[in-house]
Amino acid sequence: MNIAERSLPPAIEDPRERAMLLAALYLAQEQNGWLTPEAIRRVARRLKLSEGQVRSTASFYTMFRLEPRGRYHIQVCEGLSCYLVDGAETIIEHVARKLKIRPGETTPDGRFSLEIVQCLAACDMAPALKVNDELYGNMSLAEIDALIERLAQS
Amino acid sequence: MSTFEPVLTRNTRRPDSEKIATYLANGGYQATRMALKMQPDEIIEMVKRSGLRGRGGAGFPAGVKWGFMPKDAPQKIVAVNTDEGEPGTFKDREIVERDPHSVIEGVIIAAYAVGANRAYVYIRGEFFLGVKRWIKAIADAYEHGFLGKDILGSGFNLDMSVHRGAGAYICGEETAMLESLEGKPGNPRLKPPYPAQTGLFGLPTLVHNIETLACIPHIIERGAEWFAGIGTAESKGPKIFSVSGHVNRPGNYELPLGVSLREIIYEHAGGIRNGRALKAVIPGGASTPMLPADQIDVPMAFETLKAIGSELGTGAVIVMDESTCMVQAARRLTKFFAHESCGQCTPCRLGSTRLYEILDRIERGQGKKGDLELLLETVQGIDGTTFCPMGAALVNPARSAIRHFRDEFESHLANKRCPVNGR
Repeated sequence: MNIAERSLPPAIEDPRERAMLLAALYLAQEQNGWLTPEAIRRVARRLKLSEGQVRSTASFYTMFRLEPRGRYHIQVCEGLSCYLVDGAETIIEHVARKLKIRPGETTPDGRFSLEIVQCLAACDMAPALKVNDELYGNMSLAEIDALIERLAQS
Repeated sequence: MSTFEPVLTRNTRRPDSEKIATYLANGGYQATRMALKMQPDEIIEMVKRSGLRGRGGAGFPAGVKWGFMPKDAPQKIVAVNTDEGEPGTFKDREIVERDPHSVIEGVIIAAYAVGANRAYVYIRGEFFLGVKRWIKAIADAYEHGFLGKDILGSGFNLDMSVHRGAGAYICGEETAMLESLEGKPGNPRLKPPYPAQTGLFGLPTLVHNIETLACIPHIIERGAEWFAGIGTAESKGPKIFSVSGHVNRPGNYELPLGVSLREIIYEHAGGIRNGRALKAVIPGGASTPMLPADQIDVPMAFETLKAIGSELGTGAVIVMDESTCMVQAARRLTKFFAHESCGQCTPCRLGSTRLYEILDRIERGQGKKGDLELLLETVQGIDGTTFCPMGAALVNPARSAIRHFRDEFESHLANKRCPVNGR
């Protein structure tokens, strides 16, 4: 294969196969908790896409992680309905103080990471947050403390 | 309080509501049996007569959309939109998690009517429980002969699969959702062509919000006239209203279209918390213009909200009491849109961030002279100039807050602090 050939994207892109990309990225992400460069390469090879196509798609969606995160990824909603019932910043600042990290960071032991997210479609349970895929609603600061302590010991 | 028999949330409040056994025990799949004995055109006519309009925000007449699907195309698709992400909206989550089979029925009937043999259900990535339940629900529907080949001996075939989104508000826009289903970034497509001509994989595609499809079995069972008998002149049928914010009982309330905002807030959602006074309401989700407290006698219908400069949207009611700073509310909603802009076109990508920056500095008491005019100028620059409807949506929080609460913005600018909370 010469250089010109190698720099080209795959000649035939099967639209049905490409449609598996999001599902494939979820599967790949489960293995290490994030999309490692090797995982991106594997997905690209398997679906006959360029790494650029895979990476640009993965980076478009907030639920795909292109860098490692904590074992427990805490996602606090800052939507209007959560804000109105004293959630949002109040909770974000509380969790940040407790874990001694800022939003976007991971604790040194790799156990917790904190992220600010937009509406979780749980406004009836505001204030709401998620830990990994689990939704927690109507959370008081005391309940959040208890949750974090439980996760710290599990 | 009006007496109203809920139909869309009839199943969702039962224990084990997501299971096929529960659904069948309560008369489930009767509508499918009835529909598969009808002529496809008869069903389309029935949906047209019912007056059903899309529940995802735009309110397009469903039957008309079905009529747009080409008759002669060999392959057609139905795509179900459950990418619920509009702040304030949580109606789809209730249906997707607790009543998948009513939607599967709606999809079977719609697919049969328009001649589609493949259905894709796109579920918001955050709805992990919903995705899990749908995988099970579809497997059960296959096992009972409601999906697959020769459904109930009718000769009609339909395959269905679930696809999990991955966190992008814009994928609620129908063409962005199609891009996402194809495994691409969710950048909206230019319309026309509309999905009915060129949709998923280039095939004619009928796209519907999940609540719209949940109405279909009831229309088949109870008739178009029953459905058209509920609501107002131009807005028919039952609707799930998601109520959140400063109310005593936030939650989903299924009521007839045309119910007043006042009744929703004070009778169903239990009124304002802590005995405070109402200040403003967002009637249909983050992208719909907010209304001041003196306009809550408006009937919740497409035409009546439009007449007073707002929209029904998804019917998501966000209630704000007198302690709410409207600059902060507008700032927060605009931040959401700035975060969710797909970045494909400049007015939305840069305009949303610029709007947010101006609102943010006004809110923090660092606003400059002329900022209010700059805000309105930026709104002008975004509205109607973007690739997809997101531009028209994202300017609404700022524009409507200024329209109704201009003095609050001016006070922030003049005094460098908030007149409501003193900060």
